[in-house]
Amino acid sequence: MRLQYPVNVKIILVPCSGKVDVLHLLRAIQKGADGVYVVGCLEGTCHYNEGNFRARERVEYVKTLLEEIGLESDRVRMYNLASGEGPTFAAYANEMTDLIRSLGPNPLRNKAENS
Amino acid sequence: MIVAKRKPFEEIKNLLKDYKKVLNVGCGTCVAVCLVGGEKEVDVLNAELDMARKLEDNPIELGACTVERQCDREYLAELDDKVKDYDAVLSMACGVGVQFLAERFPDIPVFPAVDTSGLAVNQAVGWYEERCRSCSSCVLGLTGGICPVTMCAKGLYNGPCGGTNNGSCEVDIDQPCAWYMIYERLQRQGRLDVIKQLHQAVEWQNQVPRTLIQPGYKKPEE
Repeated sequence: MRLQYPVNVKIILVPCSGKVDVLHLLRAIQKGADGVYVVGCLEGTCHYNEGNFRARERVEYVKTLLEEIGLESDRVRMYNLASGEGPTFAAYANEMTDLIRSLGPNPLRNKAENS
Repeated sequence: MIVAKRKPFEEIKNLLKDYKKVLNVGCGTCVAVCLVGGEKEVDVLNAELDMARKLEDNPIELGACTVERQCDREYLAELDDKVKDYDAVLSMACGVGVQFLAERFPDIPVFPAVDTSGLAVNQAVGWYEERCRSCSSCVLGLTGGICPVTMCAKGLYNGPCGGTNNGSCEVDIDQPCAWYMIYERLQRQGRLDVIKQLHQAVEWQNQVPRTLIQPGYKKPEE
């Protein structure tokens, strides 16, 4: 399966999406990432029972934090898929990339470059 | 433990709007356990403040330090050398910690980042329920271990009132009547006669700051 997905997506492996913390997502945006999304297992199939639910809660929380800060909440998203769904993974990568392109670059990166 | 919730971000941002260099001090005890003011929460708030101020073209330099407890002098000592490098201090501790910090560093402003909610039990991760109002005259021994000051909407020492409604409180159907619970608990323990003991009205000593010295710890007068 030689699937293509946008080269701008950088994958960071974690043992479970439940490992992803609020601070990880915030730091990504703080350091200039245009968007960050968490891809977890399908809901109800977590090996640790609730890792992906916890991840979703954290993603939702970070969305509210971004709104408070003055950034678009859609820069952070959560997706779910099963381990065998390569094409879906590529589709989500395309969807997220299109979404972020429509939002434009992270304004914080411009600030960092200008300062 | 003491529980608190974080102030709205906008309020914190406004408190710090005139300052360029701020030290955010977390507290590693109660507020860390209730997930509002520990080391991690300090980092999250700092990240938010950093981004928000950059977006406003008014960058802020933020320091982070979490002490074991802000209500203990020995732990505040480690801040002595750090605080002088900052224009202001933000405290993520309860109201006690904020005041103790402000008392130790009277020359610079100390701002609160959380609203202290009360004394609560941990029902589940991130879920806390108030159980004590620190009224200074505990009647739990006579009420089956259920606090009427906290659990009764009127804080009645001798209840229930006429608003008790088949186990619910008149102010909210989902709020159990404290005195109904007390009756059931005492009945279960075969101690219903205790409910007949009348309690004096609460001495609202908490109108003034209370000082507590445990027996054997009073210093000899000089």
